[in-house]
Amino acid sequence: MSSEARRPPPQFGARLRRALGGQAGWRGFALQVVLVVVLAWVAHAVIDNARANLATQKIASGFGFLWSTAGFGVSQALIPYSESDTYLRVLLVGLTNTLVVSLVGIVCATVIGFVVGLGRLSPNWLLARIAGAYVEVIRNLPLLFQILFWYLAVLAALPNPRQSIALFDSVFLSNRGFGMPKPIGTDALLPFAIAVLIAIGVAVVLRIFARRRLFATGQRMTIWPAVTGLLVGFPLLAASIFGAPLGFEYPVLRGFNFAGGLRVVPEFVALAIALSTYSAAFIAEIVRAGVQSVHRGQAEAGASLGLKRGDVMRLIVVPQAMRVILPPLTNQYLNLTKNSSLAVAIGYPDLVSVFAGTTLSQTGQAIEIIAITMAIYLTISLITSGLMSLYGARTSRSMGA
Amino acid sequence: MSKAVYVATTMVAPRRAPVRMPGAWGFVRTRLLNSPTNILLTFACALLLWFTVIPTVKFLLVDAVWQGSDRNACLPETVGWPVGACWPFIQAKFSQFIYGFYPEAERWRVDTTFLLGALLLAPLLVPQLPAKAANAALFFIAFPVVAFVLLHGGYGGLTVVPTRLWGGMLVTLVVAITGIVASMPIGIALALGRRSSIPLIRFSCIAFIEFWRGVPLITVLFFATYMLPLFLPGNFTVDGLVRVLIGVALFAGAYNAEVIRGGLQAIPRGQAEAASALGLSWWRTTRLVVLPQALRHVIPGLVNSFIALLKDTSLVSIVALFDLLGQLRAAFADPAWSSPSTLFTGFAFTGIIYFVLCFGMSRYSLFVERRLNAHRRS
Repeated sequence: MSSEARRPPPQFGARLRRALGGQAGWRGFALQVVLVVVLAWVAHAVIDNARANLATQKIASGFGFLWSTAGFGVSQALIPYSESDTYLRVLLVGLTNTLVVSLVGIVCATVIGFVVGLGRLSPNWLLARIAGAYVEVIRNLPLLFQILFWYLAVLAALPNPRQSIALFDSVFLSNRGFGMPKPIGTDALLPFAIAVLIAIGVAVVLRIFARRRLFATGQRMTIWPAVTGLLVGFPLLAASIFGAPLGFEYPVLRGFNFAGGLRVVPEFVALAIALSTYSAAFIAEIVRAGVQSVHRGQAEAGASLGLKRGDVMRLIVVPQAMRVILPPLTNQYLNLTKNSSLAVAIGYPDLVSVFAGTTLSQTGQAIEIIAITMAIYLTISLITSGLMSLYGARTSRSMGA
Repeated sequence: MSKAVYVATTMVAPRRAPVRMPGAWGFVRTRLLNSPTNILLTFACALLLWFTVIPTVKFLLVDAVWQGSDRNACLPETVGWPVGACWPFIQAKFSQFIYGFYPEAERWRVDTTFLLGALLLAPLLVPQLPAKAANAALFFIAFPVVAFVLLHGGYGGLTVVPTRLWGGMLVTLVVAITGIVASMPIGIALALGRRSSIPLIRFSCIAFIEFWRGVPLITVLFFATYMLPLFLPGNFTVDGLVRVLIGVALFAGAYNAEVIRGGLQAIPRGQAEAASALGLSWWRTTRLVVLPQALRHVIPGLVNSFIALLKDTSLVSIVALFDLLGQLRAAFADPAWSSPSTLFTGFAFTGIIYFVLCFGMSRYSLFVERRLNAHRRS
């Protein structure tokens, strides 16, 4: 007859020591006490100095300035903004501008990055070389250099609005930025949208049906002509019955610049191009590393099952590579968002430029303003990395299985 | 498996065995023209090259103007053909790009520092040469002191050259090298602290690292320029360059810490356990057993973060320091040299400098990586 295992002795002292000082024991505890004392002393000195300095330089403190009138204009505001708005509004305008340029950059960088990354792995020698050269050149030049290059050299070399490069008299590219027709919905928009939704729905059902058939009989149904016909034809039909769904407001040359339409400031164009091409080079390397991390045997097994090269890539390699690609890819997105702060160098009104730049020089409240700016970026990156570590925990569990 | 899944019963037809095609023509046929898609791709790539490489070469060399004393030499009206690069602009501004506004009579001091740095760095980079420890000590500890004395002056009869006169390559290299040298000990300390079992030390290191990694460098530079002076006693001023150096070192230190932590994690536990079984203390275990192996593992990663740091030095031009890029912008503002091709020429010149430095570093890191993994190659 076996007896129950005896519980280990409680060892309260040892446990306490371990909890308080880790493996180093009481010495570790003493070290922490020293650390706390030093930190407290530094914090005290910093606060003391800051208070004295603010008093001598007659700078106000506190966050009250956020509610006073800003009194300066911003060249691009996506939310309504006028000079009589508050600094808080300026902060929001800057933040939306940062997010917009980051979003545009992220989308373009992902597309270019995947194209270049897969191009580097292409069996076509010339394409692989060109993609490699792109990555090496872009990665080894500072981002600020590239932003200035696009802004000062390339965009400034474009003709002025009067001689702007025009595509079909509707898209204009000049040194004052980029103008294109602004879509305005008409009464026919609703039926059009319903037609598009129906077409998408039918296409999805068709695809599900085709997959079921493939799995059941092994016969592949060619559905793309039907899907394309549906997606193009149905909305066209709706448009011909109910009239054009969108009216366009064209940019018109008035004086020395364009008026009307959808206009984008040149700073935005330069920043978006530089950010997306720069990040694309890093994303290309991530994609390449991800694809190469998939074992050769996987692709060979796919080929021996009779899949075509494109199908092997789409069905076998990329899904497995995505697991490796996604975490560093998110990191690049985060970097791109942080790098958008270089907008300050060319005067695109992003968060750093209008808030940590203009607002700081107007109010002089450096501590509050820089703390708010840093806190915003920190929040964005902590949320993203938190989500990523959740994802990492999930994939590492499934890979361990 | 559900019963709906189809299982093929016939074999897929075997592919034809690949034909070996040797020689240049074989290469062209297999790697460039082996399928209609590839022919199309090759053609598109060739077109792309035609429209990028040829104009670039034409701009930089063929159509370029090589001699002149002011903008007139680079105007298409005087030259008579559409002008490419305006190299006289670079010649005229060259000393500014290298030294900034460093007084002309004292520029030998900058030259000496550059030469000394190169002489100490070169043998450090060649793995075959002996006395790495002494060499590293000279470069990382003695050289910064000597360089400071030489560049700043104030000792031994050298006149003081205030840092606001420094500029160009000098500032770029000073910021980059100080950042690299100062961020290493910070990175090692933070990486060890993050793996420490002492709770408060670990948490404060994590908080510190995540903070610096979470904010853009430009806000760090703003912090160093506008906020740091408010935190110091009123009668105590810090030089503008030094403030930026502190910000850059802390920023780069946090990034290095994460790289080094990767190396520490790659060292098997058994190494530290064996060392402590031999009776070594934690400090000795770390210093003699764990760190040397970990650092060697992460040399490529560290070089990558040094490249990022070198590129990031260009940001100091935003906080009113004139590094290479800042000097370039200043040179653009000179009306004596304003011509249609001045901007492109300036960007081409600085671009080549940055590219050579960064590309060289990345090639070196590849070389080291290959050397370190020599035993793994089949």
